[in-house]
Amino acid sequence: MVLVLALGDLHVPHRAADLPPKFKSMLVPGKIQHIICTGNLCIKEIHDYLKTICPDLHIVRGEFDDDARYPENKILTIGQFKLGLCHGHQVIPWGDLDSLAMLQRQLDVDILVTGHTHQFTAYKHEGGVVINPGSATGAYSSINQDVNPSFVLMDIDGLRVVVYVYELVDGEVKVDKIDFKKISTSNSAP
Amino acid sequence: MIADGAGEDEEKWLAAGAAAFKQNAFYMQRAIDSNNLKDALKYSAQMLSELRTSKLSPHKYYDLYMRAFDELRKLEIFFMEETRRGCSVIELYELVQHAGNILPRLYLLCTAGSVYIRTKEAPAKEILKDLVEMCRGIQHPLRGLFLRSYLAQISRDKLPDIGSEYEGDADTVTDAVEFVLLNFTEMNKLWVRMQHQGPAREKEKREKERSELRDLVGKNLHVLSQLEGVDLEMYRDTVLPRVLEQIVNCRDEIAQYYLMDCIIQVFPDEYHLQTLDILLGACPQLQPSVDIMTVLSRLMERLSSYAALNTEVLPYFLQVEAFSKLNNAIGKVIEAQEDMPILSAVTLYSSLLKFTLHVHPDRLDYADQVLGSCIKQLSGKGKIHDTRATKELVTLLSAPLEKYNDVVIALKLTNYPLVLEYLDSENKRVMATVIIRSVMNNKTIIATAEKVEALLELIKGLISDLDEPQGLEVDEDDFKEEQNSVARLIQMLYSDDPEEMFKIISVLKKHFLTGGPKRLKFTIPALVVSALKLIRRLPEEGDNPFGKEASVSATKIFQFLNQIIEALPSAPSPDLAFRLYLQCAEAANKCDEEPIAYEFFTQAYILYEEEISDSKAQVTALQLIIGTLQRMHVFGVENRDTLTHKATGYSAKLLKKPDQCRAVYACSHLFWLEDHETIQDGERVLRCLKRALKIANSAQQMTSSARGSTGSVTLFIEILNKYLYFFEKGIPQITVESVESMIQLIRNEESLTSDPSAESFFASTLRFMEFQKQKGGAIGDRYEQIKV
Repeated sequence: MVLVLALGDLHVPHRAADLPPKFKSMLVPGKIQHIICTGNLCIKEIHDYLKTICPDLHIVRGEFDDDARYPENKILTIGQFKLGLCHGHQVIPWGDLDSLAMLQRQLDVDILVTGHTHQFTAYKHEGGVVINPGSATGAYSSINQDVNPSFVLMDIDGLRVVVYVYELVDGEVKVDKIDFKKISTSNSAP
Repeated sequence: MIADGAGEDEEKWLAAGAAAFKQNAFYMQRAIDSNNLKDALKYSAQMLSELRTSKLSPHKYYDLYMRAFDELRKLEIFFMEETRRGCSVIELYELVQHAGNILPRLYLLCTAGSVYIRTKEAPAKEILKDLVEMCRGIQHPLRGLFLRSYLAQISRDKLPDIGSEYEGDADTVTDAVEFVLLNFTEMNKLWVRMQHQGPAREKEKREKERSELRDLVGKNLHVLSQLEGVDLEMYRDTVLPRVLEQIVNCRDEIAQYYLMDCIIQVFPDEYHLQTLDILLGACPQLQPSVDIMTVLSRLMERLSSYAALNTEVLPYFLQVEAFSKLNNAIGKVIEAQEDMPILSAVTLYSSLLKFTLHVHPDRLDYADQVLGSCIKQLSGKGKIHDTRATKELVTLLSAPLEKYNDVVIALKLTNYPLVLEYLDSENKRVMATVIIRSVMNNKTIIATAEKVEALLELIKGLISDLDEPQGLEVDEDDFKEEQNSVARLIQMLYSDDPEEMFKIISVLKKHFLTGGPKRLKFTIPALVVSALKLIRRLPEEGDNPFGKEASVSATKIFQFLNQIIEALPSAPSPDLAFRLYLQCAEAANKCDEEPIAYEFFTQAYILYEEEISDSKAQVTALQLIIGTLQRMHVFGVENRDTLTHKATGYSAKLLKKPDQCRAVYACSHLFWLEDHETIQDGERVLRCLKRALKIANSAQQMTSSARGSTGSVTLFIEILNKYLYFFEKGIPQITVESVESMIQLIRNEESLTSDPSAESFFASTLRFMEFQKQKGGAIGDRYEQIKV
């Protein structure tokens, strides 16, 4: 069992002062094995904070990130799963699932994690999943009007991944769960 | 006895003295054992003669004294037994006075006196009075001090205090107090005089040794505080005035500091509260070198913890006007001590502020008064440069924030910003950071423009370049961190009322735009978001139930946005300004403000053309342009055409062919918006895709001719996917044949098999098509036509 934290679009300090305290108290060091971050942190302090939760940190570059070391895309393998990571402003139309699915085919990943819209989504299609963890700070977005802070925790176990979504609604943390099973042959090239 | 003038080795003297002492003590013990009073007196007197030495340092003398003390205990027991055996105590008291030397005589007299009191054959007060007077016979400071110390020691349990077995008839407690006061006064005089004994060159060492003896003197105050009979009245009318008189009159720095502190530590807080006038009155009379700051700080600390632990005493604090008395006293002390370092003055006010915040948290006026008094002392001295003093001033200014956890309260302190002025620019920044941290940690919302203005005044060290001579360059990381904290702070400046909110952001704009360009890239984005959020909160037009002309309108805020973003390219942050313009354009789109949206786009385009030259930055910028433009529905045909035309033009001009190709196929989305029938132009979609294909082809050729190998086939597969995208949407121009020919084209590429990632991309694309076919329905039917 591996726990992967997916979050992004924090936009600190321009759109939010910090992560919600309720999230911070949940994200304790030592429980999470990998963090994947869709970008727009936007400052080093947030990078450092994420490192304290888990040193294995993967970040792609959002359009407001200064740090040029963050790549545009990243592919990593966790257990039986291949994960793709991309901020999402590169995929037009923004947040469009069919277009994201094309990126997923291109990266050839089981799970594609993107951000940019500040809207949590988890979408299953032809044997893959597209996840958007939303904005961890509930930052302002020109795409979505009402943004609740949210992040995603993926529990990867063998060929199964359970996606937990944590959303802060009116000061209360709500949890949702989505199950996904990989068909072991679907991903191997013919 | 030790002969004078023999060597200087103190150890030797002590050893010699100790040997003689030991011998006489031995004989004394033998006499006691054989009940021989006469011999006991003789040898004890000889033994005590060793205390007559002037050769020993106070430290070594103390050793000797302690031995004598032990021996005298034995003698006292012997005396007590003698009286039981029938020896008259009066006779004994006479007998001891036959000793030849005065010092042994007085030690013996004290010992016999102790026995005398215990037998109660005469009132304790009379014997004590006799003893304390007789001790005047020794005026040598060290010897006198120890003799009186002995007297204090043996008399401690024999004072005619209230409830003591030695209490006599009416008012003997006065005698007890009188006795201790007298002994205290004499001891202090002797102690103070010690500094003059010996050569001037050893003064420092001597003062250190003298200081070590202070507890001998202070013990008297301790005894006084333990007396049952010393009630508040007695303390106020007799004890305190007399002790203070001695302290003031002795004019000795060490004694004054120690004894003032001693008073504060040994007597109850309740007494201090009721006698503040008297105690504080003495402070300005002390020597200028006395560390009165520490003394008063401790007094205030004690009083605040007294108030904290006993809330019922709070009315007394008000009744006796403790605060204003302390405030006045501090002023007077600072005046009296001309050379007082600024650190001490600031520390005093810092303690006073802590005191009043603790004891009178509801009296903000007191806190403001402290700050006012502090300014008075600082005025005319310019900025403080002593680092410890500035640190203390920062502590002082932090105290109200820590106490109330609410910066809004600090904003009410009118003197607060004035005190802040005395910090140099570096410490102003430190203080500003403390203030911001307080706001952030306490989640304080600052809800009016007036308060925001006041707050910015307090943190102006971070808002603008201070007009000070160029001193230390601020570390770049520190600067970033500070400015980011200002950006965070902006999140806390918020009013529900749109008009007030507009005033707040206007105040921020005024300060930021005048605060120097290097801060703008940190603060402007946050301000832009603040304004954009405000636009969303504006009531819809015609939705105004009061019919009142709203002073804040979206148009007005858009103008505001234009003005603040305009400042950025000169900051210089054209990339940032570019992104913010696009954000604004989208907001204007939501508000159906076509001209405004067009203006923002124009600004973004100008920046793209003139400022963004890095090819990688161009790729991202173009993605943002296309992404934003794709979402715009506000534009009429003409404006839309202009903007899309430009965007496709930019796309074809990117440096790298693959980038060109991708940007061009992304532009296809600008001509087909599913929800907008007016923006569905299949012809132009196809044109984009064909153009992208053409660029992909030339990219392919370029790599093969330049590198001698075939380029990646990936671009073709990407374009195929775009074909499929629009094919699925049912755009008539994207035909089955065009999709099939794309697939054929890819299959014909030799490089396909040599590029595993392209191969798997293609495979998953085919798998996707198969999947869509299986879906059935309209989409399934559509895919059914494609022959793979």
